[in-house]
Amino acid sequence: MISARDLHKRFGHVEVLKGVSLDMGKGDVIAVIGPSGSGKSTFLRCLNHLETIDRGRIDIEGETLVDTDAQGHCRYVGDADIRRICRKMGMVFQQFNLFPHMTVLQNVIEAPITVKRLRREQILPTAERLLAKVGLAEKHASYPSQLSGGQKQRVAIARALAMEPDIMLFDEPTSALDPELTGEVLRTMRQLAEEHMTMLVVTHEMNFAREVANRVIFMDQGELIEDAPAGEFFANPCHPRTRAFLQSML
Amino acid sequence: MDYVLSLLGPLWQGTTVTLKLFFITLALSVPLGLVLALLRISRLRSISTAVNGYIWLMRGTPLMLQMLFIYFALPFVPVVGIKLPDFPAAVVAFALNYAAYFAEIFRAGIQSINKGQYEGARVLGLTYAQTMRRIVLPQVIKRILPPMSNETITLVKDTSLIYVLALNDLLRVARGIVQRDFTTTPFIVAAAFYLIMTLVLTWIFQRMEKRYARYDD
Repeated sequence: MISARDLHKRFGHVEVLKGVSLDMGKGDVIAVIGPSGSGKSTFLRCLNHLETIDRGRIDIEGETLVDTDAQGHCRYVGDADIRRICRKMGMVFQQFNLFPHMTVLQNVIEAPITVKRLRREQILPTAERLLAKVGLAEKHASYPSQLSGGQKQRVAIARALAMEPDIMLFDEPTSALDPELTGEVLRTMRQLAEEHMTMLVVTHEMNFAREVANRVIFMDQGELIEDAPAGEFFANPCHPRTRAFLQSML
Repeated sequence: MDYVLSLLGPLWQGTTVTLKLFFITLALSVPLGLVLALLRISRLRSISTAVNGYIWLMRGTPLMLQMLFIYFALPFVPVVGIKLPDFPAAVVAFALNYAAYFAEIFRAGIQSINKGQYEGARVLGLTYAQTMRRIVLPQVIKRILPPMSNETITLVKDTSLIYVLALNDLLRVARGIVQRDFTTTPFIVAAAFYLIMTLVLTWIFQRMEKRYARYDD
């Protein structure tokens, strides 16, 4: 579903991605872990064009988003194609990025109405079903500022799902939450995984990586160090840096 | 008291001129200011620099000078030189001048919106135009209400500058009566007129602020 080849990215003089590759199949739930500054969020953000890469190739469901020619020139497809391809991926941010001037329900139906040109009554049943699914049906008329962090993040998940993406990207979805609120968000994500949603999750939640992900990727200093099935990854980490990192997390 | 009542008719006449200039200026300068603000934050350097220069020129010279220039000097400028009647000349000067101030208010408002809002809209597939229209500008309105309130109140009072084009606005009418009757009462009545206008504006802006208070950022 996602194929990333040799992604390179630098911010000024800092090389944040030094040739990262990843292949992701349908139904894969991949956890990306690693110390802060390892480039894992940047990697995720490159996949849906929130950041542009300097070199490499990205294909989403068989369609090329960006490629690099023999001369090393990195070329993206046109703007309309970028939007169309990236719409296959939903994204959930650490800081939620809900629209504060809209109610919970308006947040969920905004993109289907504005982008997909659906009529309100066409999307309303879906929106209500999604809000019920994340356990917030009764909050549909609330504004984001009236919700707890965990509730906000669950609205953000419902909002992303309303566009019916094939892949969900999560950028540290629980890092801005109070510890007692991470559970409700992780439960929602686990439920999504059980429904075979394809998910790429940048996270610090080792339990989530261990229990929900089928693959775990470890990144450090802009490189992909290890990529293994979850059980193997935690039981038998190959690389010394992975071992050191896992040790430090305990 | 009868004297005061006798002033109301002529002063109301002046007030209609004042209000006409106020509303036409507002109707023209708000959209123009928004366009300027959007051009000002454009990535195209040349456009942004040109708008910057325009804002500098309009804020950096007196409104009265701009008005006198458009009325007296513009007819002699090659190519664009047209002779405008007095009231349209005043409208053009006011609209161009206030658009520059509004542009800066809008720009500050737009730039105060968190980058995450753009990203949140982008990953949902919204275009830049849709993001501005649906996500950014509605939030900007709430944030710019206090400076907009200031600016529109200033505009009410600035309308008195059109006396230099011999237009009979509220203050010029009052001054005429003062000079005719040798009493300062008309000034006091005119002040009351201005206070009522700004009171209404203040009240409208307070209502809007209350309406937008239904959500927090």
